[in-house]
Amino acid sequence: MGVSATTASDSGKAGLWAQHHHHDAISTRTLGFWLYMLSDAMIFAGLFATYAVLSHHYNAAGGPTPHDFIHPLYAYGETLAVFTSVLAYGGAMVALRRGHKGGVLAGLGLAFLLGAVFIGMEVNEFSHLLSIGISPERSGYLSAFFALVMTHGIHMAFGLLWMATMFFQVAFQGFTDKVVYRMLNLKVFWHFQAVIWVLVFSFVYMRGVL
Amino acid sequence: MVHVQGPWSELLGRLSPSAIPNNPIITGAFLFSAVIGIVLLGYVTYAGKWGYLWREWLTTVDHKKIGVMYIIVGLVMLFRGFIDALMMRTQQMLADGPHSAGFLGAAHGYLIPYHFDQIYSAHGTIMILFAATPILVGIMNVVVPLQIGARDMAFPYLNALGLWLTVVGAALIMMSLFLGDFSHAGWVGMTPLTELAYSPGVGVDYWMWAIQIASVGTTLGAANLIATIIKMRAPGMTWGRLPIFTWTALSTNIIALTSFPVLGVSLALLGLDRYFGTHFFTAGMGGNLMLYSNLFWMWGHPEVYFVILPAFGMMSEIIPTFSEKALFGYITMVAASFAIAGVSWSVWLHHFFTMGASPAVNTFFSIATMVVGIPTGVKVFNWAFTIYRGRSRFDTPMMWAIGALFMLLLGGLTGMMLAMPPINYSVHNSVFVVAHFHTMLMVVIYGIMGGVSYWFPKVFGFKLDETLGKRFFWYFTAGTIMVFVPMYLSGFMGMTRRLDYLANPHLLPFEVLEEFGIGLYTVSVYYFVRQLYVSLRDRSENRVGANAWGTGRTLEWMTASPTPFYNFAVTPRVNARDELIWRKEQGFENTLPTQYEDILMPKNTAVPLLIGAFSLALGFGLVWRIWWMTDLSLLGVVLTVIARSFVRVTDYVVGASEVEQIERRSRTRGQSPRPDSRRGGMGVFRPSRSNT
Repeated sequence: MGVSATTASDSGKAGLWAQHHHHDAISTRTLGFWLYMLSDAMIFAGLFATYAVLSHHYNAAGGPTPHDFIHPLYAYGETLAVFTSVLAYGGAMVALRRGHKGGVLAGLGLAFLLGAVFIGMEVNEFSHLLSIGISPERSGYLSAFFALVMTHGIHMAFGLLWMATMFFQVAFQGFTDKVVYRMLNLKVFWHFQAVIWVLVFSFVYMRGVL
Repeated sequence: MVHVQGPWSELLGRLSPSAIPNNPIITGAFLFSAVIGIVLLGYVTYAGKWGYLWREWLTTVDHKKIGVMYIIVGLVMLFRGFIDALMMRTQQMLADGPHSAGFLGAAHGYLIPYHFDQIYSAHGTIMILFAATPILVGIMNVVVPLQIGARDMAFPYLNALGLWLTVVGAALIMMSLFLGDFSHAGWVGMTPLTELAYSPGVGVDYWMWAIQIASVGTTLGAANLIATIIKMRAPGMTWGRLPIFTWTALSTNIIALTSFPVLGVSLALLGLDRYFGTHFFTAGMGGNLMLYSNLFWMWGHPEVYFVILPAFGMMSEIIPTFSEKALFGYITMVAASFAIAGVSWSVWLHHFFTMGASPAVNTFFSIATMVVGIPTGVKVFNWAFTIYRGRSRFDTPMMWAIGALFMLLLGGLTGMMLAMPPINYSVHNSVFVVAHFHTMLMVVIYGIMGGVSYWFPKVFGFKLDETLGKRFFWYFTAGTIMVFVPMYLSGFMGMTRRLDYLANPHLLPFEVLEEFGIGLYTVSVYYFVRQLYVSLRDRSENRVGANAWGTGRTLEWMTASPTPFYNFAVTPRVNARDELIWRKEQGFENTLPTQYEDILMPKNTAVPLLIGAFSLALGFGLVWRIWWMTDLSLLGVVLTVIARSFVRVTDYVVGASEVEQIERRSRTRGQSPRPDSRRGGMGVFRPSRSNT
């Protein structure tokens, strides 16, 4: 049946078959998740574009404009919550690198709590706005405002759910391949939501009072 | 939450007995589907195939079977879309002129305007999103891992999830036929017509949620294919050796990954308008209805290239194989694919030059659109030079590839006309535009038909019948010419699109010619079905070996046909761009691996199917506003995903000796057809005991 694989490589060719060829699961998963984050970035791009288009004063339809209800100082408090949460998650990743389970759990727990503070502040802000009649049904501008900020908020809440799941997986399954790449991917997700919050804070809250 | 017109109950939402349409055409369609469904289910039960169906298909994560299921779903929807087309053509022929007769309660023709509007909306939605897209995703699913020497996709479980979400979308569309109605606002969903004030029924909701759920599946599938191409290539498969179809799959999935989320946003914002009373696209209260058109086409135009690039890729595989020559201009072909993918992002506004944007804006988009012609022209010349001085063989796939070239020429040139705003202003919204984009989509269909007949023997182990395949091709081509050439003419004479009644009786000859054309299409559909039937019946005479066409060039033709579930017994090492040709020239064509090894394969799982079932309930609940159902099914999806993440072992090992056995069996079958080979090819896909 012709030449065997060994003779093929002996004759100076690179060989015909790759014995024991394996792919690195963690790097494949990480790449896949980065690709998913790209699609998430496009969702936010669409929403920011919508917000920009609907920011004209015509789109306020005579209702409240950003000047009337946006408080960057309060949003700055939310920013601090997000950033410290990311910092705590970074601590968990340092502990993960050292293989220190207690450190990972502590970091995750703290990141969860600070993320929950952010969600609490946002819920508080929105319920106040709704109570004084500033609601998404009022105008095109307010629709865009609520859609953008709440999409970010829903992402944050989803991240908290993920963190809670990871807390149990780290506690009961230890650092298996699957747990490790999920921790890495959650890191990407959590940092990305912080980046999006920076954009929300700049384009919605800071620009709102200019 | 907005209040809707009509009755609503806690338990059933807006669903009531009056939701069942009372129309003889729909009753006929229902009976037709019911009979086919009962026959299929009856056959599966009679043959005792439920276990087989569950183990081998419904819970599979094998990329080839998932691809085949994508293609089957796409073909079923293609048939549904074809029936819609048949109905539209017949209506326009019957309802031409003030003296045309009316039947079935219509003033002219046999369809009332509201029904006609739903048919063209369904036709567009189905053909783009539930026929072309799934079939192409299916072909990429089957072929890409084989071409790069991988065992499966990077994420097999995610792959199955993508399939089932697409099926949910298709199922919602089929449901709308028999329960409630479908959108009447065109497949693009023109605002503010799609707003609750003007479309108070469930039609727009069906349209919106079907697309939304299916597009989540497509986005996940795109991330999966990109990761597969980047990470799962066999050793030696460098970027410079990647087969062109894989290159186009990469470029097209980059388009999908970045554009489908924008579609998600535009539909979600429309959904907020319809469910929460916001004002994104309303005609007052600070809404901006052109914002919707912009967002929609920011996805819509990249989507057009998403469907055409894989077709280009398939032509680039078929033409060298049947010209027995390496593809001319490999590097320019790759560059052209990415140039088309890149420009696809900057042309969306040419879908509404008449919006009233400034001349500067229109000029930008006009030039950007014409720029697309450059890389496309490069491709056409590359194909022509590949055929030039080649040893051309006109097997069915080659006929489709060459047919696609002619369609591309016609569609491309009329596209250049439409890219000029002055011409566009005068033919905008005419059937000239309809004829143009149908000619372009014919490139996709020709590519698909070529690709399906080209890779069919790879997946199933036998060829499709050549005589009937060619008959299918010629009737289909004759139908295409008879339908769309008169359509170009009547469009140029000013016939507006989306008309249920044509006031101008001078258009009648064109409509009659088009009806004749759709008759030819109907004959071609008969030959397609007959081709499948005859090929399946005579499969033992049409068995093929690994290199099904004898002149295959790439990796997929090195492994057995039908391909075993692990694709390659030992991962091949790649030495050249056309690896199989290189091995032939070096005399290694029949060299087998000297030693087999254990293979790690992903286990089957029912989780994607379960998530699909929850998503169907979610979509149905959203359409009919049954809130307990939406809440429960959403909770079901979230809990299923979390529960699945706790499963530790998702792979199993196939022993080296078992691999050797399967390989030996497939080799003996390839050489001499044994009596039991009539059983068909799917048996070698997976050892039956390993299904857990």
